[in-house]
Amino acid sequence: MSLVELRNVGKKYYMGEVQVEALKDVSLDIGKGAFVSIIGPSGSGKTTLLNLIGCLDRPSEGSITVDGQDVGGLTRKQSAIFRGEKLGFVFQSFNLIPVLTVAENVEYPLLMVRNLPKSERRSPVARMLEAVGMTDQKDKYPDQLSGGQKQRVAVARALVTSPSLVLADEPTANLDHKTAQMVIGLMKDMRDELGTTFIFSTHDPRIVDQVETVFHLSDGILLDQ
Amino acid sequence: MLKIFHLAWRNLTRYRRRSFLTGLLVALGVIAVVVFGGLSESFKSLVVGEITDSMLGHLQVHRKGYVSSIENLPLDKNIPEKAYQTLRTVLEAESAVSAYSPRIKFGGMLSNFETTTSIRLNGVEPDQEDRVVPDLRKRITAGRETGPLIEPGEILVPELLAKGLELKPDDTVVLVATNLDGSVNGITLKVAGILEGVTGPGGRDGYIHIQDASVLLRLSGAEVSEVAVRLKDFDRLDEAFTRLAAAVASLKNKEGQSMFEVHTWADLSPFANIAQLIDIMTIFVKFILIAVVLVSVLNVMIMSVYERVREIGTLAAIGTTPGKILSLFLAEGLTLGLISSVIGALAGTGLLWVLNLIGVEVTFGRNKVYTLMPSVELDQLIYICLIVVLISALASLQPAAKAARLEPVEALRHV
Repeated sequence: MSLVELRNVGKKYYMGEVQVEALKDVSLDIGKGAFVSIIGPSGSGKTTLLNLIGCLDRPSEGSITVDGQDVGGLTRKQSAIFRGEKLGFVFQSFNLIPVLTVAENVEYPLLMVRNLPKSERRSPVARMLEAVGMTDQKDKYPDQLSGGQKQRVAVARALVTSPSLVLADEPTANLDHKTAQMVIGLMKDMRDELGTTFIFSTHDPRIVDQVETVFHLSDGILLDQ
Repeated sequence: MLKIFHLAWRNLTRYRRRSFLTGLLVALGVIAVVVFGGLSESFKSLVVGEITDSMLGHLQVHRKGYVSSIENLPLDKNIPEKAYQTLRTVLEAESAVSAYSPRIKFGGMLSNFETTTSIRLNGVEPDQEDRVVPDLRKRITAGRETGPLIEPGEILVPELLAKGLELKPDDTVVLVATNLDGSVNGITLKVAGILEGVTGPGGRDGYIHIQDASVLLRLSGAEVSEVAVRLKDFDRLDEAFTRLAAAVASLKNKEGQSMFEVHTWADLSPFANIAQLIDIMTIFVKFILIAVVLVSVLNVMIMSVYERVREIGTLAAIGTTPGKILSLFLAEGLTLGLISSVIGALAGTGLLWVLNLIGVEVTFGRNKVYTLMPSVELDQLIYICLIVVLISALASLQPAAKAARLEPVEALRHV
């Protein structure tokens, strides 16, 4: 069974008075443990597609199932809880909480989303920091880190709750090529180690060769795989 | 829960100067309320204390209709002996009453054999008067220091009259008064002491022994003009007043009408109005504090939400529920209000303590200087802090709700 199923998904929204059709009749399946990239020029609908899979937005048409759950009809609270339990997010500009240290940023989802006691938080946080190689930086604040380091912390934060799916919107756009390769490599290692499914969007053709499955989007239409 | 406040604290320290300035504003407001409240309360209780403990007593009972013509000191509205005995049994039965003192009030002429002037007098029973108005003795500036307050054949002369008539202790004076029939009578008295004045009517009265008054006025039996009452607990004045008024109202004359009327010190002294005005001003200062807290916390929280839109989007995306986002921002406003109000309360109390050390002097009345002893009750401090915290929560509610309502997709796009 696929982890993510999209059936005839369409998304329209309004930019002022003008209706924009961001996605048209998209159907796709992504299996468990897949390492998937969505590629396309900017404005092609990559972010919209990721937002829909990530329960941050709702489709105008069609149905989306993530890990067996039809996510189209969830309320705000339900979708927040679903995201907290099943999903991890990595953002283009890292989006770490500036007032929290590296370790606290990684701890945040366990504490504020999962409400776990301290004893159950310590070891996953330590394990994830170790996995992304940030253990010795754990007491630093985000503004003391480089872009690559920040994104490694973000990956650790996304993975600390052992989600079934991690969504990353342009995770390498703000990084230089070498660092980008490293972050993608890190995500791939995590997939291999933990079996987590990764879906990320990019328009950087240089990192595509690391990816197993590629979806091409153009003007909201899914092209060949 | 604690973690939410911890995070709130971190976020407050993130914009250190802004939080500091807002907190300072709130703290200054609290200081203003504490200091103003302490000073005005101290002034009020000093003057009220003086009025009640050295002149009026806490309550007074008169024959019905006496107080409305009290300026005339009407002898025909005295309480007759039999009625006074009935009243005594009521007063002695009332548990809230600590002491009572009968007085005969009248007007007369005082002469030093060269000059004559009018004077208002109280004929009092010294031991009872001592118990009802223990601070009357403190008003004696020259003369009597120990022994009974006053003995038959003696007079306590109010300061301003003593000055005008150039009287000093042990001088002899003549007191002349008209009795109820219109005939005039006089007695010779020795000046036992000079009495300092007090604010309000009755504050420049002289005192003689009740026997002398009775003889001078040729009163029939032990009739009195008023009975001053001291309560065990002044803070429960209203309660005692209600009970006593009810008890006294049941005492009827032969025609079935109530014989007596009861008044509190506040009914009898115009200072009660000033005290009320001070209370209104204190409330007004509190309102200003509320406005300051409301505006400054609202402002800082709106800024805080506006600046962190993308961060709120991130928190929402990674699974923080809207309710938790709301409580995060509420906690921030609450923490700001709590910390600054506690600091303000401490600083205000400290300032009052310093003022106490220095001694603030206030002139009130003609030549009276009061040294204020400002203080503030713990429950007042807690009450003020509670108001500030409550208003802070109220002010944070709208910005916090706005944060919770943000759509994560749009919030994440926000630059």
